Amino acid sequence: MRHRFSVQVGAVGFRIGSAWRGPIAALERLYVGYPKPDVPDMTVRLFPEKPWRRFARPSVAISGDFWLPDAAPLPLRQGLLAAEMGMNLQVALGWRRHLLLHCSAVERDGRVLLMSGASGSGKSTLATMLALRGWRFLGDEFAFVDLEDGRIHPFPRASSLKNEAVAAVRSAGGAVGPVLEGTPKGMIGYWRPPEIAIARMTEAAPPAMLLFPRFGRPENVERLAASETFMLLTQASTNYVSLGEAGFGALTRLVQDLPALAIDYPDGEAGMMLVDRLWGET
Amino acid sequence: MRYAADPPAARLTIALDELVAIYHRPSGATHLLAPPAPELLDALAEGPADAPTLLARLSRQFDLPDADPQAIAARMEELVIAGLAWRA
Repeated sequence: MRHRFSVQVGAVGFRIGSAWRGPIAALERLYVGYPKPDVPDMTVRLFPEKPWRRFARPSVAISGDFWLPDAAPLPLRQGLLAAEMGMNLQVALGWRRHLLLHCSAVERDGRVLLMSGASGSGKSTLATMLALRGWRFLGDEFAFVDLEDGRIHPFPRASSLKNEAVAAVRSAGGAVGPVLEGTPKGMIGYWRPPEIAIARMTEAAPPAMLLFPRFGRPENVERLAASETFMLLTQASTNYVSLGEAGFGALTRLVQDLPALAIDYPDGEAGMMLVDRLWGET
Repeated sequence: MRYAADPPAARLTIALDELVAIYHRPSGATHLLAPPAPELLDALAEGPADAPTLLARLSRQFDLPDADPQAIAARMEELVIAGLAWRA
C-alpha cells in the first residue's frame, strides 16, 4: 500500500496500510510516542471501494487478516474512524492469546476495575474520567484476560468518545481531538491516554471489581451472581468460543473471584462518586 | 427409556453458585445447569440407566423422599436436547 503506519498497543502490534495519506497522518498524530512493533500481529488495509473512488468522492473500505463482508465503507474524512474500526475488528476476530472481554479497564493501587456494557452505557466515559482523576487507563474497548493467571493486560488505545461524552470529558478537563462529525455512530472524539498509561502498557494487574454501568438512570446498585456474570461475559467476549477450554477456564476463574455489580447512575459526576464508594468497599 | 452420557472426563465442571458451568469437551459447548442435572450426568458414570435406576443411584448420595421418576425423565430429556446425554 502507498502509505503505512505501525504501532504497538499493549500486547498487539498493528500495521496499517492506506491508499491515502490522510488516515495515516491522523494515526501518526494520535499515536505519537507509542512504541513500534518488532513484528506486527495484525494488519489493516484501507483501500478505495472501487479504483476510481481513490479520487472521486473518496470512499474508504476496510480489510485485513480478519474482516466482515458487510462492513460499510466510510467517506475519506472519516478515515481515522475506518482505521480504528479496522484495528478493533482484527483484535475482536483474530486475537487468541488472551480472553477478550468488551470492557473498559482502569487500575488503582495495583488492582483493576473492569466495566462492561453496550455502546452508550458510559463505560468509555467513566474509564476516561477516572483516568483524569489519577487512575491508570488500561483501555476503553477490550480487556485482555491472561489465560494462565487471570491478570488484565492493558490495551491503551485512544478512547473513542461518542456524542455527549465528548463534552463530559472536556468539562472534566480532558483534551479531546480530533472530533469526527456525522459518522455512523454520531459524533466521535478521540481522547489520547495519559503518557503514564502508554509508558506502562506492558504492566498487567489482577482484576478486583467488575461493573455493568448504565448511564442516565436513577442511582441503583445490584450485586450479580457468579453464574449471571459468567453468562453476561460470554456474550461480552469476542473470542470466548474460539478459545475453547482455555476460555472456559479463564472466565470461570474470573467470575468466581470477582465482585460484580450492575450500577445505574444519572450523570458522570454521580457515576464517579458511586465508583469511588464501591471501590472503597471492595 | 435408558439414557447414557459421556464419561465425567469429557466434562469440565465448575460450580459457580446454585448453577454449575460445564464445558463439554466433545462439542466445545458451554452449559449452565441447575440441580439435579449435573448430578444426573454424574450418576450416568456407572453406565446407561433408565429414570428409576438413576433415581436409585441419586438416592444413595442424596435424601430424596418425594422424588419422582417422571421428573427425572423430564430432566434427562432436557439433557438429551442440550447434547449432554443421549437415549441408549
